[in-house]
Amino acid sequence: MTNTVFVPKDASALSLGADAVAQAIQAEARRRREPLQLVRTGSRGAFWLEPLVEVVTAGGRVGYGPVSAEDVPGLFAAGFLKGGAHARALGPTEQIAWFKNQQRLTFARVGIVDPASVPDYVRNGGYAGLARALAMEPAAIVQLITASGLRGRGGAAFPTGIKWKTVLEQSAPQKYVTCNADEGDSGTFADRMLMEGDPLTLIEGMTIAGLAVGATQGYIYLRAEYPHAHRALNTAIAAAYQARYLGEDVAGSGRRFDLEVRLGAGAYICGEETSMLESLEGKRGEVRVRPPLPAIKGLFGQPTIVNNVITHASVPWILAHGAEAYANYGMGKSRGTLPVQLAGNIRRGGLVERAFGLSLRELLYDYGGGTATGRPIRTIQVGGPLGAYIPPAHFDTALDYEALAGVGALLGHGGIVVFDDTVDMAHMARYAMEFCAIESCGKCTPCRIGSTRGVEVIDRILAGEDGERNLRLLEELCETMVQGSLCGLGGMAPFPVQSALKHFREDFRAHK
Amino acid sequence: MKTLAPAEHDAVRRIVAQLRDRPGPLLEVLHAIQGELGFIPEGAIAPVADGLNLSRAEVHGVVSFYHFFRHHRPGTHTVSVCQAEACRSMGAVALTAHAKRTLGIDFHQTTPDGRFTLEPIYCLGNCACSPAVLIDGALHGRVSPERFDALIAQHTRKS
Repeated sequence: MTNTVFVPKDASALSLGADAVAQAIQAEARRRREPLQLVRTGSRGAFWLEPLVEVVTAGGRVGYGPVSAEDVPGLFAAGFLKGGAHARALGPTEQIAWFKNQQRLTFARVGIVDPASVPDYVRNGGYAGLARALAMEPAAIVQLITASGLRGRGGAAFPTGIKWKTVLEQSAPQKYVTCNADEGDSGTFADRMLMEGDPLTLIEGMTIAGLAVGATQGYIYLRAEYPHAHRALNTAIAAAYQARYLGEDVAGSGRRFDLEVRLGAGAYICGEETSMLESLEGKRGEVRVRPPLPAIKGLFGQPTIVNNVITHASVPWILAHGAEAYANYGMGKSRGTLPVQLAGNIRRGGLVERAFGLSLRELLYDYGGGTATGRPIRTIQVGGPLGAYIPPAHFDTALDYEALAGVGALLGHGGIVVFDDTVDMAHMARYAMEFCAIESCGKCTPCRIGSTRGVEVIDRILAGEDGERNLRLLEELCETMVQGSLCGLGGMAPFPVQSALKHFREDFRAHK
Repeated sequence: MKTLAPAEHDAVRRIVAQLRDRPGPLLEVLHAIQGELGFIPEGAIAPVADGLNLSRAEVHGVVSFYHFFRHHRPGTHTVSVCQAEACRSMGAVALTAHAKRTLGIDFHQTTPDGRFTLEPIYCLGNCACSPAVLIDGALHGRVSPERFDALIAQHTRKS
């Protein structure tokens, strides 16, 4: 019997040498005349175990990791193809505590299936949601999404069903479904992992959205920093066309849905939905004044759904299993699951998909195992570069949109960046302003000018010039930006600065 | 106004002709030009504007808005060092200083031998394996200064 070996080709796994491992496995198998089938998957998201190699045994998939190319001859000698004992052996992969307690709905197939294979996708439950959607009236699909309680996973947490209903109610010659895959927040990689590891889930979700609102054209707006995801998406889209899940006759229904990827060009602001639409139209990514909402007047002036990758990718599961099954997960007004990303200075970093309601402490210590450096955690930043810095006193806060807002923080796209006690919070505050200055689209003054002035004021504080007066000035400047900016970039860039001032004021003194 | 070499001019005209009928084609056109020529030459602005029925100001405005589009020919290898928070939590500031010192250049500059261009980048989605570096589209994680030197040495041999 030919043995099957799984090696990820997720960008993070590649960044740790997964390609060299795959090549070593093939070379060693040839040398030993051992027939094997090598399948390149996405990553299961336990990056401290990457490259994580899996083999199929009678008892299911068994893992070895982290594996380096040098380990490969020894693995063969230990009989790893049959699950043999080895220092890198992890046992049945899904029994590893880190995976076992997760609730993977959206990420159910990531790291398991061949991302380029439609048959593999269908064998593992794919396109069941589309089949149900094709038997439903558009309004019933929208109603189902509303009932599931799904909220936008990009960060704004707007109820998805309400957005879809608005688009459904418009009458227009052309409607669009767009996917915001401009995942620019530091500490986030859920979109990337999904697009590389199970892109057909995103494609299926967008197809269902098209059926629900009467849109026949979809665009995925992907950031240029994700070349691996770009290739994975294009391969999967071609496979979906080939299998007639995209195109003029979706799954034999007579309904049309076309989909293509458009590349961004390194502008963080294009993660803001109106800026993304401008960019999709081939223009400068300057934000639009709302109203009108994109749902009414969006891409090329037509009614447009704009949803994040994870939002779209949650839809097939909801269709396949029902709104109630999804809404049974979660707490309060945050229903379903959230793929949390543990990043930065963390021992066991990676992707944890769990129902809303888990505490930050459980994530940081039970899953994450504390810092990678072994030093105490001083602070975490949740929700990307516009998110507040949270001190350990708030680590018992639950992962829930409203609970985090209650401690002056935001959940955003679910990224958590961990810092140990060597972090200089004045420098992090300065970086927040600097980043805003680099990425400001320039349309409104508080953001364009305020961010540059913010860097200068912090520099003066650090140089010991009139510290108290400049600290007050910085606070006023933050307030002006929050109140006066046109969009979330200038309006939220002060959050990390304000939280650093509030919780770590001792760092804002003269630096040598 | 600068003019293009004949081969560059042909490439630009071919790309514009191929993509001009797509909806909102300008970014697609610019990506294709940079993909083929390595950067967006100033002399490409006018033929792109003509071909897409836009003003030169509009085209220039788009080229200059996006960090990804280059105005100069890059070195043989482009080295992008992530500057964002997750990488900062794992020593990206020190790694950046090391990279600048080792290559002897600042961000947006190319080594005198034309081998390496150094760029800042803001998140590569490799945040659980920080700090991250991208070299010619290949991603590297947990890059210590020693690992950085080894990567540069590999690429020095290759070029």
